[in-house]
Amino acid sequence: MREINVEDITRTVEKLCIESNYYLPQDVKKALEDAVDKEESPLARDILEDILKNQEIARTKDVPICQDTGLAVIFLELGQDVRLVGGDLNAAIDEGVRRGYKNGYLRKSAVDDPFLVRKNTGDNTPAIIHTTIVPGDKIKLIIAPKGGGSENMSALCMLKPSDGEAGIKKCVIDTVDKAGSNPCPPIIVGVGIGGTIEKTTLIAKQALLREVGQHHPNPVVAKMEKELLEEINNLGIGPQGFGGRTTALAVNIETFPAHIASMPVAINIQCHVARHKEAII
Amino acid sequence: MAKIVNLPLTDETVSDLKAGDRVLLNGIMYTGRDAAHKRIAELIHKNEELPMDIKNQTIYYVGPCPAKPGQAIGSAGPTTSGRMDAYAPLLMDHGLKGMIGKGLRSKQVVDSIIKNNAVYFAAIGGAGALLAEAIKEAEVIAFPDLGAEAIYRLKVENFPVTVIIDNEGNDLYKIGKEQYKK
Repeated sequence: MREINVEDITRTVEKLCIESNYYLPQDVKKALEDAVDKEESPLARDILEDILKNQEIARTKDVPICQDTGLAVIFLELGQDVRLVGGDLNAAIDEGVRRGYKNGYLRKSAVDDPFLVRKNTGDNTPAIIHTTIVPGDKIKLIIAPKGGGSENMSALCMLKPSDGEAGIKKCVIDTVDKAGSNPCPPIIVGVGIGGTIEKTTLIAKQALLREVGQHHPNPVVAKMEKELLEEINNLGIGPQGFGGRTTALAVNIETFPAHIASMPVAINIQCHVARHKEAII
Repeated sequence: MAKIVNLPLTDETVSDLKAGDRVLLNGIMYTGRDAAHKRIAELIHKNEELPMDIKNQTIYYVGPCPAKPGQAIGSAGPTTSGRMDAYAPLLMDHGLKGMIGKGLRSKQVVDSIIKNNAVYFAAIGGAGALLAEAIKEAEVIAFPDLGAEAIYRLKVENFPVTVIIDNEGNDLYKIGKEQYKK
């Protein structure tokens, strides 16, 4: 067994909270640059250039790309040969979030209950933690801060198996069309197909962690991703909803086996500030 | 080419703005999002004094990041405007002229914009670092207990926005989408 002190986890989470909010991943930056070249609308090109300028300011001045620095969504892969010492794992993660959001001058966007008083917790805790146990003696931490504007435009469709591929596509297109300008396009569309209600939403979120431009290993699913991206960009919504060719930068689908009676589909929408960063301890 | 517009707005400047115009705003604006709007609406209903005179003013829907040492304000991009739709017509009836946010508005808001000769601008959602550079001064003037949701008085220079809904009810979100739909 390898011993890891939870204080190492706290320090890593703190660093990841700050860096993910300051530095846009290179694949997203590249996708935005490619979009400028392809965009037909002059206004939309201006907007994409401002979005690129914005991430450059954030990177060089060490400030948040977007003021909505999100809830701290954390994927933790815990090696089964790791023995954690020094305290409570989940409390250590929350402490990392607390320090990261304070020391990084990030906005605290968490309220303590969802519909009663809605008092701000003041330190952006609790984190949303998804833990899986994996082989090995390491810990992988991925942080994906998630803003409210795009999360609010996400949706779930409990389809019938007979709805087939056409039903899945309709659910995705309708969700993006209805969202319009609200989720800060150009967006990345994470789609989960299969599993149970919670599994399908979880894999939709995990789909957002994939590098822009990479496709699903199954060629049938990869084809569907490309077709959906084209159909979404034909909606004309464009950057910020001002009209144009660039409504989405990518459609990423993840699938999971399902019940004989079910075909759940979840759509998790991500704004152009597609932040995620990982570390291995 | 962007139009340069001074704040507070006037009936004349609002009448010159058309959906799709890029505009650089200069002068004073106020911030406000969900919680501040709820409190302002309560004050209006109780006939009590507001923390600022909203006649001809512009409200920016934003909850900024904390300022780093040396900054006037932290990253400060717009939040989704639709959540303020329940309050916006009441504020426009009491003199509010301009709103800055992002995203779709209800029919009631569009009708109120036309009725009150007002305007709805969008700032670029997600461009919080860029937009903060145009904010030169920021001071909390009401509801400090709301933290990022408090009302700030902002002094801006060449703050970049786009006209979404003009005083005739033209809506760039509809016009732009129609133009580029395939």
